[in-house]
Amino acid sequence: MSIDIDTARKVAKLARIRVEEADLPRLAGQLSGILGFMEQLNEVDVSGVDPMVSVTPMRLKRQKDVVTDGNIQSQILANAPDAREGFFAVPKVVE
Amino acid sequence: MNPNELTISAARDALRKRELSAVDLTMACMTAMDAGDGLNAFVHKTPEIALDQARLADGRIATGDAPAMCGIPLGIKDLFCTKGVLSQAGSNILKGFKPEYESTVTSKLFEAGAVMLGKLNMDEFAMGSSNETSCYGNAVNPWRRDNDAAALTPGGSSGGSAAAVAADLCLAATGTDTGGSIRQPAAFTGIVGIKPTYGRVSRWGVVAFASSLDQAGPMTKSVRDAAIMLGAMAGHDAKDATSADLAVPDFEAALTGDIRGKRIGIPREYRMDGIPAEIDKLWDSGVAMMKDAGAEIVDISLPHTKYALPAYYVIAPAEASSNLARYDGVRYGHRAKLALGDAITDMYEKTRAEGFGAEVQRRIMVGTYVLSAGFYDAYYNRARKVRALIKRDFELVFAAGIDAILTPATPSSAFGLGEMANADPIEMYLNDVFTVTVNLAGLPGISVPVGLDHKGLPLGLQLIGRPWEEGELLNHAYVLERAAHFVAKAAKWW
Repeated sequence: MSIDIDTARKVAKLARIRVEEADLPRLAGQLSGILGFMEQLNEVDVSGVDPMVSVTPMRLKRQKDVVTDGNIQSQILANAPDAREGFFAVPKVVE
Repeated sequence: MNPNELTISAARDALRKRELSAVDLTMACMTAMDAGDGLNAFVHKTPEIALDQARLADGRIATGDAPAMCGIPLGIKDLFCTKGVLSQAGSNILKGFKPEYESTVTSKLFEAGAVMLGKLNMDEFAMGSSNETSCYGNAVNPWRRDNDAAALTPGGSSGGSAAAVAADLCLAATGTDTGGSIRQPAAFTGIVGIKPTYGRVSRWGVVAFASSLDQAGPMTKSVRDAAIMLGAMAGHDAKDATSADLAVPDFEAALTGDIRGKRIGIPREYRMDGIPAEIDKLWDSGVAMMKDAGAEIVDISLPHTKYALPAYYVIAPAEASSNLARYDGVRYGHRAKLALGDAITDMYEKTRAEGFGAEVQRRIMVGTYVLSAGFYDAYYNRARKVRALIKRDFELVFAAGIDAILTPATPSSAFGLGEMANADPIEMYLNDVFTVTVNLAGLPGISVPVGLDHKGLPLGLQLIGRPWEEGELLNHAYVLERAAHFVAKAAKWW
């Protein structure tokens, strides 16, 4: 599976990483190389095998649906690049 | 011998006998740490915290309340969140991040009385095998080739941890291992590193890379130290739904040195083309050591070994692309400077382009691709099926009565920093060829230093154990350690 420049642009967009137009050919080449390496997996007979869900057979514990924490607004916001009036501030979301 | 050169077990005994105080031990480590800046292992030093913890430890020891780790100075990999102390996962995107909470592992170590000297260098988000993707620059291996001053990699991703322990800047360090990130650097620096069974150690507060593969573990100067420190790190944690609700045995008590009658598997698929003859020779010598100790050597087959790396490089990036979606410039870390009129998507895209390094960007995009509509079955689901087969390979040999598996730890000794700069990403990935199967199968694996190569650099062997049998695995490693009697240290140049 070879990745073309349009696919590389699309993947970068989906990943929300800005990639300059001039860098797309190099990225496409690297992604193609890595995906080519993965093609080996097609040699394996996986018929009747279920995809692994959990590496150790365990039943996830259920937690009580109760409040165990809270009133820590200042801690939540302490590392925000832009926090105002008790909120995270971001650029305009809706035009 | 300077106190910073002690093992945990020797320091514990000296502290309990009051021949040494935790404060003096910590001061000796801080002196070594400051003198070791050329290794670029410690990237954030915490001397005030260390001295406060050391004084508290001395108080506890005086009252006779001294767990094994009490007063032991450690380095902490930058991947662990430490309250009020920079925790950046080696990434510019977490620049300035000071967690408001403490990871479960560091909390447990501190409750046991351990002392934190500072945070240790690592590959960005633990993605790398040479510590060259770090935002802090390269960590440097204290080992050099004979008559050659070229700087070598300490391995990765836990490169700072490995360099710091090998150079005696601390008594031991925490590491994390997603595809070999504890065991490969341990092998490159002549120390011991164990990746426990998946679920043995809580992942809470450890910055996530690939959640189904990540496990934390100790990196130490001896197998006994690994047993002691793992005991303090392990245990059930309600905050990590995948942590196992199992009692933590006394791992140190498992070190009997007796493996008579145990069956050691030698997987024929691990004899690979292109692996240096020295590695095979080291492996053969390890086999002879186990045999001399009374173990039975059994030829085994793990037929899907060849597919472990490609499966890993689907699954790990897929999970990473999901885990790293949280770095968006909103809640913590870096946010790009925006141009007038930039909307929120511009903020995400610019922030992530500036904040993530090239390798992390590459893996996020590979993960994004294999999870995208139309490719999910062809790549991600197929890789998870192959993973199930890799795990079954191990289950079958253990069911046939194998107690432990002996393999090389790495396909080479430490290479030069910058030597792989023009290599294909895949070439770097091959570093994990012997270790990555263990993460995919969720098993415990340990790297033990066994010898030096013709360049005078350390080489390690890996032992793989049954799930939850870290005690037995450590005992096998203890036998190998005693037989190999690896006592060489890097000649001090830093």
